[in-house]
Amino acid sequence: MQQTPTAPDAGATAPDPARRFERVGEPILSIRGLKTHFTMDEGVVRAVDGVSFDLHAGEVVGVVGESGCGKSITMKSVLRLVQKPGRIVAGEIIYRRPASGKHKALEVDLAKLPEAGRRIRQIRGGDIALIPQEPMASFSPLHSIGSQIVEAILLHQDVSKREAKEIAIEKLREVGMPSPEQRFDAYSWQLSGGLRQRAIIAMALSCNPAILVADEPTTAIDVTTQAQVLELLKQLQREHGSSIVFITHDLGVIAQLADHVVVMYLGRVMEQGPVHDIFHRPRHPYTRALLQSVPSLHAEPRIQLPTVAGSIPHPLQRPTGCPFHPRCPDAMPGRCDVAMPALYAAPGGSPVACFLHHDHEEADDG
Amino acid sequence: MHWFILKRLLVVPFMLFIFSIISFVLIQAPPGDFLTSYIAELTQGGSSVDQAQIDALRQTYGLDRPMVEQYFTWIGRMLQGDLGVSLEWNRANSELIGERLLLTLLLTTFSLLFTWAVAIPIGIISATRKYSLVDYVFTVLNYIGLATPNFLLALVLMWIAFDRFGLSVTGLFSPEFAQAPWSWARVADLMSHIWLPMIVLGVAGTAQIARVVRANLLDELGKPYSEMARAKGLPEWKLVLKYPTRVAIAPVVSTLGWYFPQLLSGGVVVSVVMSLPTIGPLLLRALVGQDMYLAGVIILLFSVLTVIGTLVSDILLAVLDPRIRMDGA
Ligand SMILES: Nc1ncnc2c1ncn2[C@@H]1O[C@H](COP(=O)(O)OP(=O)(O)OP(=O)(O)O)[C@@H](O)[C@H]1O
Ligand SMILES: [Mg+2]
Repeated sequence: MQQTPTAPDAGATAPDPARRFERVGEPILSIRGLKTHFTMDEGVVRAVDGVSFDLHAGEVVGVVGESGCGKSITMKSVLRLVQKPGRIVAGEIIYRRPASGKHKALEVDLAKLPEAGRRIRQIRGGDIALIPQEPMASFSPLHSIGSQIVEAILLHQDVSKREAKEIAIEKLREVGMPSPEQRFDAYSWQLSGGLRQRAIIAMALSCNPAILVADEPTTAIDVTTQAQVLELLKQLQREHGSSIVFITHDLGVIAQLADHVVVMYLGRVMEQGPVHDIFHRPRHPYTRALLQSVPSLHAEPRIQLPTVAGSIPHPLQRPTGCPFHPRCPDAMPGRCDVAMPALYAAPGGSPVACFLHHDHEEADDG
Repeated sequence: MHWFILKRLLVVPFMLFIFSIISFVLIQAPPGDFLTSYIAELTQGGSSVDQAQIDALRQTYGLDRPMVEQYFTWIGRMLQGDLGVSLEWNRANSELIGERLLLTLLLTTFSLLFTWAVAIPIGIISATRKYSLVDYVFTVLNYIGLATPNFLLALVLMWIAFDRFGLSVTGLFSPEFAQAPWSWARVADLMSHIWLPMIVLGVAGTAQIARVVRANLLDELGKPYSEMARAKGLPEWKLVLKYPTRVAIAPVVSTLGWYFPQLLSGGVVVSVVMSLPTIGPLLLRALVGQDMYLAGVIILLFSVLTVIGTLVSDILLAVLDPRIRMDGA
């Protein structure tokens, strides 16, 4: 099957046409112009350099991009977990918590909160929970998984130790942990990779967070287990209507899970939109290149998989203008290497940062 | 856990047996025995040597028998609680060692506690405030602490105490208590003297351990489980103490067993300089005078302490780390 840039073959990785998410009302999380830089002796690494996107209640936003493009740092910025020498230098992270049984409605700019303060600590784990990138090492090996889940529960819920233990066991059961009562006392190194990942998910779910941030939760486990964990996440999302930011560099996973896709490159959002648009009508050359590199069931088995041409520039040597122009098949000399296209949405369309589609330049490049 | 401890305990007699052989061979190693040096001394002094008396001594101590037999006689007596008699002092070894051993143990324990109590917090503060002013200050202090020989530190502190405050801080007791029987007043006097040698003996170890804790903790703080604990909403100090510190201090705990022998050999000069009634100088003298049974007993006692120290550190490590605990089960 021939693949062309204009009509990428989405094949088996195409999203389920039946799934449609209608965005209504105000987003639960709005990231606007977020910049997180690492100031080092060698120079400034602009790990996140002007990222904007929204997450609505009940929606799954997939953040995709090659390794090192700033996906994790974006979400660590949201949780305010960026460690020195990293720092949020600009932007807003508006979190809007709807009023629920125990909480009042809340609207807060997380970027402005003191990093170690009480308010952000209540939001971490309680409102926004993380399913980390390295599930293998994310439990302390010296403490039982049960005690670590109970700790999270006691931090955010007004319950006794015994009730916390019951909740923890209940969550372990919910994520499909076999014999959760016994596994409660197990140490992470006694569990297989898949079970460990389930335990991590149970911990993230333990305080019924409004937002789940799943940072490549399946990259470190084998393929069969990956499929099971993804199935679990899908099922949990359906049952709870969770709002999830799902980070991955695997477009196949995006197709399965996401309602809305954010494509990142070198700390910037290149394009974003509903999953069907991204897969069937990709506009940014980078998105197209990514889609071409996805294996498809219909493709002939032995053909060489095209990858995105060229390599990712060193973080300290950012190209001028559009960061993708040195690798871009459609780069316009004198335009793309000079000015940075803004992430601009034409009326009725979704935002894309490319001069092929509009003439808006990024105003501030500081 | 019980199995773990039991297994460790079962190894103890075996280790002690090995150590006792090594101690015995070591003290026998130099040419001649106590009696040859004793006779040489007496003849030099012009006294006549009573051959009958010497033969009697040889027989009592079994010095004329083969080595293996000597060893078993010696160890057999030890097992019955008879530590033998010092040839040089002509007093029971137990009497010579008794209080010195107690004071040595006390001093060692104090300096160990001092070391840990100071080094671990410094390590934690340095690691959590990496490259801050406090961290740099501690780093400089650590280098100074590591580079200063402890007897020199002893001399400097003694001089300062004497010059500034008119205090004589040698020994572990004031003169009036040195030979007195134990009483609360004597304990109080001991406490008012013990802190200086405690610091002197502990400084180098403190600097070393602070560096180890800092380096380990920096490693652990970067690990995903530390970040995960932060992502749960745990306050920073609580998180640091509960998770990464527990991993970071394991190597420190594992050095517990070496602490006694290290202080025994390293502390001899300090003990001499500060006239501390500890066991180090006694061992030195016993070795010089070929007072082999006294030396043997002291070396063996320290082997026992080392074995106990290792056992305690193993148990502590098992308490800290379930992987060690379960491995032994
Ligand atoms: N502690 C740090 N110091 C300096 N630079 C850093 C640090 N952490 C991250 N970065 C920079 O931030 C950039 C983005 O990193 P990030 O972890 O967000 O990438 P990612 O998109 O999550 O990649 P991956 O798919 O490999 O997880 C990287 O290029 C890296 O150079
Ligand atoms: Mg990442």
